[in-house]
Amino acid sequence: MLAPIGTYLHSFPGGLKLKHYKAMSCQQSLPVPRLPLSAEYVIPVSQHSGSEDKLIVTVGQKVLKGTAFSSSEQATGAAIHAPTSGLITAIEARPVPHQSGLKALCVIMEADGEDRWAEMNPCPDYQELTATELITQVRAAGIVGLGGAVFPTATKLAGTEKIHTLILNGAECEPYIACDEILMQQAPEKIIQGAQILCEILAIPQAIIAIEDPMENCQKSLDKAILQAGAEALIKVVKVPMLYPEGGERQLVQVLTGEEVPAGGLPLSLGLLVQNVATVAAISDAIIHGKPLLERIVTVTGNGIVAPQNMVASFGTPISELVDFCGGYTPSIARLIMGGPLMGLALNSDSLPLIKASNCILGLSSADVSSTQPEFPCINCGFCVSVCPAGLLPQTLQTMIRSENFSALEPLHLEACIECGCCDYVCPSHIPLVNYFRYGKDQLQQLAIDKQKSTLARERYELREQRLEKQQTERRARHQKRKQALAGSADKQTSIAAAVARAKAKKQQPEGSDS
Amino acid sequence: MEFSTSGAPHLPAQTRVNKIMLQVLLALIPGTLAMTWFFGIGVLLQIILAIVFALALEWAMLKLRGRPPGLALRDYSAVTTAVLFALCIPPLAPWWISLIGMIFAIAIAKHLYGGLGNNVFNPAMVGYVVVLIAFPLELTRWLPPTELATSIPSILQSLQAVFFGNLPAPLNWDAVSQATPLDVLKDGVEQNLLISEIRQSPIFGDYGGHGWEWVANFFALGGLWLLWRRVISWHVPVAILATVIFLTLPAWLYDPSVNPVPLQHIFSGALVLGAFFIATDPVTGCASRRGKLIFGLGVALITLSIRLWGGYPDGLAFAVLIMNMFAPLIDRYTIPRAYGQPK
Ligand code: SF4
Ligand code: SF4
Repeated sequence: MLAPIGTYLHSFPGGLKLKHYKAMSCQQSLPVPRLPLSAEYVIPVSQHSGSEDKLIVTVGQKVLKGTAFSSSEQATGAAIHAPTSGLITAIEARPVPHQSGLKALCVIMEADGEDRWAEMNPCPDYQELTATELITQVRAAGIVGLGGAVFPTATKLAGTEKIHTLILNGAECEPYIACDEILMQQAPEKIIQGAQILCEILAIPQAIIAIEDPMENCQKSLDKAILQAGAEALIKVVKVPMLYPEGGERQLVQVLTGEEVPAGGLPLSLGLLVQNVATVAAISDAIIHGKPLLERIVTVTGNGIVAPQNMVASFGTPISELVDFCGGYTPSIARLIMGGPLMGLALNSDSLPLIKASNCILGLSSADVSSTQPEFPCINCGFCVSVCPAGLLPQTLQTMIRSENFSALEPLHLEACIECGCCDYVCPSHIPLVNYFRYGKDQLQQLAIDKQKSTLARERYELREQRLEKQQTERRARHQKRKQALAGSADKQTSIAAAVARAKAKKQQPEGSDS
Repeated sequence: MEFSTSGAPHLPAQTRVNKIMLQVLLALIPGTLAMTWFFGIGVLLQIILAIVFALALEWAMLKLRGRPPGLALRDYSAVTTAVLFALCIPPLAPWWISLIGMIFAIAIAKHLYGGLGNNVFNPAMVGYVVVLIAFPLELTRWLPPTELATSIPSILQSLQAVFFGNLPAPLNWDAVSQATPLDVLKDGVEQNLLISEIRQSPIFGDYGGHGWEWVANFFALGGLWLLWRRVISWHVPVAILATVIFLTLPAWLYDPSVNPVPLQHIFSGALVLGAFFIATDPVTGCASRRGKLIFGLGVALITLSIRLWGGYPDGLAFAVLIMNMFAPLIDRYTIPRAYGQPK
């Protein structure tokens, strides 16, 4: 029985109607331009939310485009590759676009300008692959979720649960970001092919592509590609109303199925596999052409950019080159953001490299950014509650976190916060709620680690105590025995006689009377 | 190129506390004008007086607490408190009623509890209840709606009443003041009169008190505007009004001769003003939607109980303060279910 997913739409609580500003970068003709080769590339070794990978290249090594830099035997890894051909000049810690602002290990590569491909392993007859082979190839191609969460795709595919629907997420709901919209217009066939590959190999009977209401052009191009691929029975395009953060995986699942992903679980536990459209296109490239994930469509936009547009750019390129390609900054540029205006990361410099998570480079003008107005106390207005898609009480959470009352957070489910920023945006007191929630989550994690440590220590201590006590009692018992042995040899006879007498007396008593 | 950074989100905030308060004040204008129309210039006089005291006290308290007063004075929260208080007291009450009310509202209920956002009790209602208990005489000297009045105090006479506490001859309090419809209703019921007999009094209008019902209409209009602007959520007003109707409807249906029609309950006294403007005070209310519903239900229950069995003709102020006490408890038991938690 198939669930008629997408036939009826549901809703999620809260959310924001935002101006989307997507047209700003979408005035160009397709296909979008490709950024020219850069002289130097800086490729962070870990670009996903999985485990660390092992580097397999060395300084001074010449590599071809597509050569793997790391191998990832681990289930949660995702490899990185040479974005072009050239020489590895260094492997060292460099600043990377990351929340922590810390440096991270990077492979630094000098391009030789030839852009020569390494030998690839195309597999146009994907039908012959087994699921395990598919997953191995996806991992080797370094594919991660390109919607921004950069979760290793292979890990998502490796579940054992039965998947009944593949959901392709094209509902790019954050303002300004248009890379998926462009992709769906420019290369819909790749998305369809990727979906077919996943469905075929993982035996998924149906797939839906979720796009937002105003994406008329995408619907047309996708429908055409579905028709050309003869996949009408398999893939369906579903329009969902435009409401931020609908493109969030959990919210999209809720809108399409009316169900919630259980806390701590994945959509997989509902029989759903959710993939971003760009991720699926990358899977198609990786399987059919053997191409690893080296580049992506990036939206470079905002009032702080002279000529906003979308482009294909390789990972490791300095962000400044993308901006230069768009004519540079306008004089009003105030903030540079990787990602969207609600969940994006403010960058301190444009010399940082482009990474797999970089769906958008947003230059906000001084008029666009929040002027730093002083914070008011929370007035409990409840605006935050009414927009929270996770059903939380942001005002209570922030009070508890501020007073460091972390034990009170448990019934409030801070962990369900998706950091969408809706509450923060509507707060009339201008409390940096998301910042507090990030801090609170960090602290909770730290507490959990500490607790684990202390439990371990306590267990060890208790075990030791038990052991000591046991030794003590044993020793005492031994002593006792020896004493008895010494004293008892004399009156053994009498004690035996007494015992016999006792037993006799007991027998003569009426039954049950001694209870 | 280097850039300054900050945490997400990066959009300018949608609104600000002072804008919220300003909208509440705007929404009070129609009702206030209606009240001035029916009860004279004294209404505006009390509002101005209370605002002046409130701002002075707010400034003084912030100074005492070592906070920069500029910002807080511009958040309009003290002004809102002052206006709500002033709308509750008789238009010709002496000036010191306002002063004492504001001392308890602003200095004690607000700042001694930690200032905006930290107060437990609704400041305007604390101020009102204190003067109501301490000065019952002054607080019952309500004026009749101008159309029913035998003698209408002029502006000058109103000023004299407010600032010197006496009325120039030939006016006197007995001639000028009149019991409110709720007083009349309560007295009548206590004398075992039938509702139809009580309603003979010209003080009653079509369904509430004469004049009062129009004031309530205009406050409701402002309240609906706030709802539409989403400055307040519907939960508290709807819970209050629905509870009042559901509880008084059966009694009225059972015996309309001794039980007033539900609309009479709603359109007299401070119920509409309270439902939209007082019980919706966010700081001292409940956090979650369910909590707000329970809060409103409680306010309505207590208000009705006081009206029926208590010593005061109207009980909204007490009801709000009592529910303020329960708000933290309600909050504790109405935490909404988070996404992904078992239903
Ligand atoms: S929106 Fe801001 S001020 Fe309002 S309740 Fe939430 S945290 Fe408090
Ligand atoms: S950031 Fe967290 S708490 Fe705030 S609205 Fe989003 S999910 Fe809710």
